[in-house]
Amino acid sequence: MKRVIKFLSASFLFAVMALSANLAISADYKVGFIYIGPPGDHGWNYQHDVGRKAVDEAFGGKVETVFQENVPESADAERVMTQMALAGADMIFATSFGYMDPVINVAKKFPKVKFEHATGYKTADNVSTYSARFYEGRSVVGHIGGKMTKSNTIGYVASFPIPEVVRGINSAYLAAKKANPNVEFKVIWIFTWYDPAKEADAAKTLISQGADVILQHVDSSAIMTVAEEAGVYAFGQASDMSAFGPNAHLTAIINGWAPYYVEKVKQGMAGTWKGGEQTFDGIGAGMVIIGDLNDKIPASVKKEAMAIRDGIASGTLHSFTGPINKQDGSPWLKAGETADVGTLLGMNFYVEGIEGDIPK
Amino acid sequence: MFKLIPRENVSPVLSLLGPLFSVGFTMLIGGILFYFLGVDPFAAIKMIFWDPLMSETFSTYSIPQIFIKGAPLILIALGLSVGFKANVWNIGAEGQYIMGAIFGASFALSLYPLESIMIFPTMVLMGIIGGSLWSMIPALLKVKFNVNEILVSLMLVYVAEQILALASLGFLRNPDGAGFPGSRNLSQYSSASNSELIMGTGIHLGVLLSLLMVVFFYVLLFRHSLGFKIKLLGNSPKASGFSGDNPNKLIFLCLTLSGSLAGLAGIMEVAGPAGQINIDFNVGYGFTAIIVAFLGRLNPVGIFFAGLVMALTYVGGELTQFMLNLPAAAIQVFQGMLLFFLLSFDLFVHYKIKLKGNK
Repeated sequence: MKRVIKFLSASFLFAVMALSANLAISADYKVGFIYIGPPGDHGWNYQHDVGRKAVDEAFGGKVETVFQENVPESADAERVMTQMALAGADMIFATSFGYMDPVINVAKKFPKVKFEHATGYKTADNVSTYSARFYEGRSVVGHIGGKMTKSNTIGYVASFPIPEVVRGINSAYLAAKKANPNVEFKVIWIFTWYDPAKEADAAKTLISQGADVILQHVDSSAIMTVAEEAGVYAFGQASDMSAFGPNAHLTAIINGWAPYYVEKVKQGMAGTWKGGEQTFDGIGAGMVIIGDLNDKIPASVKKEAMAIRDGIASGTLHSFTGPINKQDGSPWLKAGETADVGTLLGMNFYVEGIEGDIPK
Repeated sequence: MFKLIPRENVSPVLSLLGPLFSVGFTMLIGGILFYFLGVDPFAAIKMIFWDPLMSETFSTYSIPQIFIKGAPLILIALGLSVGFKANVWNIGAEGQYIMGAIFGASFALSLYPLESIMIFPTMVLMGIIGGSLWSMIPALLKVKFNVNEILVSLMLVYVAEQILALASLGFLRNPDGAGFPGSRNLSQYSSASNSELIMGTGIHLGVLLSLLMVVFFYVLLFRHSLGFKIKLLGNSPKASGFSGDNPNKLIFLCLTLSGSLAGLAGIMEVAGPAGQINIDFNVGYGFTAIIVAFLGRLNPVGIFFAGLVMALTYVGGELTQFMLNLPAAAIQVFQGMLLFFLLSFDLFVHYKIKLKGNK
């Protein structure tokens, strides 16, 4: 037995060593993606992977994409990106906020590799950032939520008190209030992007407090499942989640990264790609997509929702149009005035009417 | 059906060959797993074990990376091994690692932006203290009330993770960080930065310390009476008592020593490669180090090599993921198999199997 094992392991090792495959990725243009979780999460990472596959399709065999899942936002991210660059990647999409410092560090070491970082704020000669105006989608679902609630209470499961999330709450609230002046928002902060158990608990708490429409700014489909069981409404986050709650799912705010990824790879191949850019696109550019509307939504409300969507897309409507006061009653936007990008990107206050405090 | 009978003479050669066999078996079974996942098993195993060391494309970068990834594993495993020898089971090194990082980083960041050469050494000391304090909780409970240290140390990992979240969102949050969780970047604070020692490699003080600690633990275990006492406590608690040793003192020492080492690994990592306290700061070194300790036969030199092999599977595993589309979970299964095969091989080294019944 011992001999057999020895022979097996020796021959195995030998076979392994004798093999010498070509290591570099072989296509003309190579693009790497790193994901914070698995692409099978039906949310954030799934949509980035949809974008990656769109790149695969758009360029046929000329572009090869590679990806790595479950990359922690730590020193590991730096190593993964370095190895991708060493393997010959021409462009790397880092698809989570926490990759920011690692991206900047690796970009310094590989000035010829182009980096695209999602949702960050640091750029360099070979680093650009991109983010979506998800708040535009929240105007549409806020309106639908305001019309659909019977208890006039909308629950909101929020992740971290960062400008992105606060912006979403404000936008949804303004739209819901306009659709239904009696509406009230209850917000629960759970301090995680992805934790199905915590998300479900938060949704149950909100429902027990009388909420019959749940909005979410966390990534799993757990809330949809809870809503379906409880017989209340919810909206898909990042991708269509109707499979998890066919009756509860009113519509979804879908992240549309595909057009952006295809465009950036095209620019990279043509040599027109630029670093230091900060893209912030919404419904108009297809980066935010409103999913199919559930037939439980009355036709009139559907029509209004589509009008809001189309108005935002064409630029005739803005989610933050004055007059709007801040929560403490102080004026923010005058009548007809719209919010500037700077205030939106750093938003750290609630608008008037929302109760409770943003956790500090 | 089966009966296990302890062998009277355990072959020392076989016992040393265990780790090699477990690596070989892992390659074999892992290869079969990769095959069924639709990946060429030869290419995958070559990429995990061979390419990081030998390929022209990757080796200059990945060889130092193996030492960097291995350093915290080796530091933590060394500390754990002493306890394991004495039958003291600290399973919560992950928590002590986190607390070391938080203690050290809190100290340094409380002085930001003051620059002084005293900050770095004091910060490292605070890291060690943080880790050891966290391990003193199970130590005290064990010594005073005979509470099971496995449960307490493990549960404290989850407490430490909550404190980590609290720190990243609250008391250590970067005031210039646009409201996002996470502390200031220590590697950009020169007095606290655990910067690289050899330009371009990323090799930092923690790597050097992991080497020094191997020597230190070798002397402690094999050349010092304390090492003998620890081994005696593990092998025969009664004899240990007769020889006049206080087992409680030894248990306390073993736990705090492993906590200190985990804390040291934590502060080295947060001030170096990781750079900042964040919710995802810990990536499981404290648990993986348990595999490393056993793979290294609880021997300091063995642990050194086991740590490097484990680091190799991480670095090579990443390559395999994006080059060959192997899922991350497959690499984790692969790493888990290392310990599984080692333990099963140990069983056959230490026991004979006898069929009984069915006469």
